Parts: sequence; C-alpha cells; structure tokens
Amino acid sequence: MDWSLIIENSIKGFIGINAVYFAIAAIGLNVQFGFTGLLNFGQAGFMACGAYGLGMTAHYFGISMWWGIPIGIAFSVVLGFLMGIPTLRLRADYLAIVTIAAAEIIRLVVRSVKFKTYFGGSDGINGFSDSFRNIGDNIGIVQANQYGIWPLRFTGRELWTLVVGWIVVAVVAYFVYLLMKSPWGRVLKAIREDEDAVRSLGKSVFSYKMQSLILGGAIGTMSGMIFALDRGSVQPDNYSRDVTFYILTALVLGGVAKVSGSIVGPMIFWGIFTFMDNFLRQVAKDPIHLGNFTIMKSTQVGQLNYMLIGLTLILLMVYRPQGVFGNRKEMAFDGH
Amino acid sequence: MDTDHSLSEATLAARVALSGVERAPGAAKQDAILNASGIRREFGGIIAVDVKHVEIQRGSITALIGPNGAGKTTLFNLLTGFDKPNTGSWTFNEKSMENVAPHKTASLGMVRTFQLTKSLTKLSVIENMRLGATDQKGEKWWNGLFGRVWKAQEASITERAEELLNRFKLGHMRDEYAGALSGGQRKLLEMARALMTNPTLVMLDEPMAGVNPALKQSLNEHIRGLRDQGMTVLFVEHDMDMVHDVSDWVIVMAEGRIIAEGTPDDISKNPAVIDAYLGTHQGQSLLEDE
Repeated sequence: MDWSLIIENSIKGFIGINAVYFAIAAIGLNVQFGFTGLLNFGQAGFMACGAYGLGMTAHYFGISMWWGIPIGIAFSVVLGFLMGIPTLRLRADYLAIVTIAAAEIIRLVVRSVKFKTYFGGSDGINGFSDSFRNIGDNIGIVQANQYGIWPLRFTGRELWTLVVGWIVVAVVAYFVYLLMKSPWGRVLKAIREDEDAVRSLGKSVFSYKMQSLILGGAIGTMSGMIFALDRGSVQPDNYSRDVTFYILTALVLGGVAKVSGSIVGPMIFWGIFTFMDNFLRQVAKDPIHLGNFTIMKSTQVGQLNYMLIGLTLILLMVYRPQGVFGNRKEMAFDGH
Repeated sequence: MDTDHSLSEATLAARVALSGVERAPGAAKQDAILNASGIRREFGGIIAVDVKHVEIQRGSITALIGPNGAGKTTLFNLLTGFDKPNTGSWTFNEKSMENVAPHKTASLGMVRTFQLTKSLTKLSVIENMRLGATDQKGEKWWNGLFGRVWKAQEASITERAEELLNRFKLGHMRDEYAGALSGGQRKLLEMARALMTNPTLVMLDEPMAGVNPALKQSLNEHIRGLRDQGMTVLFVEHDMDMVHDVSDWVIVMAEGRIIAEGTPDDISKNPAVIDAYLGTHQGQSLLEDE
C-alpha cells in the first residue's frame, strides 16, 4: 500500500480544482438555499451557462474568449428570470421542480445533434482556453513545469488554475459575506423565515427572491467557467443533475447559511472522496481472498466509495445536523 | 366606560368625533382614514366576506369583533392586499388601494400583524426590529456592499428600535433570537416591529391571543399609546374585556357581513349582536357576561 500517494492525492483533493469549482457553486447555492430558502436544484444549469458562455464565444461567435465572461453571466441572468418569473410567487416546491427541469433541458439541448453547430453536441467544445493558459505561462507559472515538494506537488497547468480559482473563491466569498452582513442580507434571511411577515413590513418579497436567485446563479456561472477553463473543454454531461446534488451535499456538510461552510464543505467532501477512492484502489490492487471470495475488486471501488460517502452524510445528519460550521442554536428554533 | 383611568386628549377627541355617528352598519364617519365599499370575497360557494360599506374613523381605536368564521381575518387580508376580493373598492387616506401589492400598503402607512405571530425566529430581536424600518439604503444590494452608504442610517434605525424595545419591555432581550421569546413577548415584538414602519393605521389581528393576563394590561396601554401618538388602530379581538376597555368604536361581523356598529356600550346591549354570538336571545349583555 502506497501511503505517500494516498496522502498526496487526498491533499490534492482537499484543495484541488474540484474543491474550487464546488466551493464557488456552493457559495452561490448558499445565497439561494442557505440564506433565502430558495430550493434551486438547477445549479448545474447555471454552471453550464458559464461554461458554454466561454466555449461558444470562442467556437461559435469567433471573438476573444474573454467576452465569454460577460456573455456567460448574461446567459445566467436570462436563465434566472426564466426560472424565477413563473415560480417565485408560488410555494417553494415549484421553484425546485422548475429548476431541476430547466437544468436538464439545458443539458439535453446543448448535447443534441440538432444544435451541434452551436454547442458541439455530446462532444462539447474544446480547445478554447489557450489565452487563459498563456497568461499563466507569461507570469511565470509554466504549464509543463513541476512546482512544489511532496505532498504538495502540482504541474504549472494545475497550479495556474488553482491560483486563479482560489482568488475567485476568496473574492466571491468576501462579496457574499459583505452582502449578508448588510440590510439586504437581513431581508433575505427574513424571507427564509416568513415571507408574509416581510411583505407586511413593506418589502417586495418577489423582487428580493429574484435578486437572490440571479446572484446565486451568476456565482454558479463563475464556477462553470473555472471548471471549463481547467478542463479546456465544455462537455454537456458535466452539468447533469448529480452535480447539483453533490454541491448541495457539500454545502450541507459545511453548514448552510455560513459563507465559510460553503467553502470548507466542498474541501472536506472532495478530501474524503479522494482519500476513500485512493485508499480503496490500493486495497483492490492487492486484494484479500477468503476462499473464493475476493474482498475488494477494482471495479467495486466506485460503488463502495459512494456508499461510504452516503453513510458519512447520514451520520453527519444524525450527529451534527447543522454541518461543520453551522449554528446549533439557530437550528434549535426550527420548529418555530 | 373607562372609569379606572383618566381619558387622554386623543381619547376624548376620538369619542367626540364618534358621538354623532349613526349606530348602524356602514355608518359614515366624520373623518374616515379607511373607506371600503362592496367588498366581496368568495371561496368556492362560500361567501367569506360581503361588506356593503365600512368606514374607519381617523385617530380612533376600532374593534372588529364577531364569532369564529365571521370573516374578520379575511377582511384584514383583503384590505392589506394579502388577498384579492372578487369585487369591491376601498381607499386609504383617499388613495385607492385596489390592486396595490401588500408590500406597498406598508410603505403607504398601513401595517398589519398576524393572528399567528410571525416573529422571525432565527433572527435576533434587534434584527427583527431593524427589518421593520422602511426606505433603507442598505436594502439595495449594490449599496449593501458599501457599509459607509448605510451605516449611519442603520445606527439611527437601531436607536429607534431600542427605544421601542424598551417601551415594550423587551430591551433586555435585544440580542436573543426571537425564537427564544415567549408567546406573549412575540406578540409584543411583532407589534413593535410593525411600528418601525411609521404607520398611520395599525391593524392588529388578535393581539391578545395567547397572552397571559398580566401582560394584557400593558398591551392595552400600548394600544392606547398608539392612538395617543396619532395613529389609528383597527383590531380583531375575541377578548371582550379588552374590547370594552380600549376601543372607541366597535364593528360587529357575522357570516361575512357587518351587522352592527356602535360604541362598546351600545354593542353590548344590541340584540342582533347577542343573536350572532349565541344564536338566540339570552336576555343578558354579552359583554357583561364575559
């Protein structure tokens, strides 16, 4: 068993690009779900807006990739209005249904053969991130070089996206932190508790919910952009339902309605996930046999890993329902 | 009436203004802050509210009473925009309120509380109060980012909130979660929070429900205090002692209609009211019976 590899990979999982793009998406989801109480199950749809915003700009519009940032954000604002206008006046569950459906519609449309010229079908769009990579090379983080010492070793390619990614996490987190400390954030939290009370005090609940949905969505869009830049490609199936639910899981793990929770949650999620995956693979490499029965096969690693993640979450919900950073005292008033 | 405490100037003014008013459903008032006509609301086949005409005297405390299911809360919901009537028109301060969204009624000076208290349990008491203030600069997200834009306003809001909390004897609970308050304290908090909007008409839906007797007296004082500060109060209540004690005028509803109006003394002698409550003539005053 190669413990040095397991440790190195686990640390990479903990602070790696997966944790970064999950953290950004979770911060956005936290604005909607944690602070405002909006059940957005379509965060993957907003992420796709960002990724395709970048991809299409280069591939279809034929202009500089950087225009993809405002274009992607514009896509997500439009998506927010499309989802919000019909549902935000209704009960919370309607938004959940519409968001999950809308995200799936986006995925199915962009992967369809019919629109292959615009979105690249199921192959997606590739090779548009050179201008992003070049900046890294120019400031001295050369793609092909190795940086760091064990257990923190990255290629220049990885390091550059990580640096940019964590800067985006920090900026977005600070932005949301400031907003949630402001009277604007107070209105959102009040809406989460009781819409009618807020309405009776003269605030337009619909407008605030729309702002929250769009802000959270636009942050999710940035997550999609970071992910697309890291891969250098956009693939429709990276924006499926399960992505939203893993992000939600990571958010709950960290603790909802806390900005710190939405950063640490994804780190712990990917840390544990990568550790389990690497550990089980090492076990499967040298399987233990009990007669005809093999305890661990390499094909079973994936399944077992998801089972253990599920178990961890169940235990967490039982023993620490507020998440790692959540406020137990706040939870105590759940029943009103 | 009001034998146990001297009458304030505002009380006297309200009672003088109401003394000449006809004791009949839909009676015209000298100076009506709220004026509603033909308000009708049906739920399926059931007519919940069918009010021909009603006026609320400015600067008075008006009680809205009636048996369960009389349509009092529904009328509240309709007047404040939380529900829409099938037909009807109404004005508040001479301004038509049809199709005005509920959040706009509050900024026009008409604020309501709820029968089941809606204290925001996971917010602290002071945050509940601050939320009530209207026209906050920091409630725009682009301003929210810059503390220097809203901090000064926030400080003056906090000062006003603390004054109100002290008046309602909640000052010591300032930093507790609202969820930690007792039922009666939540009623007080909701009323205090409503006052943060600087209303001219305060509509209280069963302010006494679930409040212990010791607190009821001080709640009465608070309601009188509102009127003494120039506000108009309209409240729904089942507690007849309270109705008798604080109100200048009583409107009685039954089966969606207004069946009687008058001073508390008139109403306690009105056979139609006793009928509505008890079904038959019982030959004794309802209010004395309570």
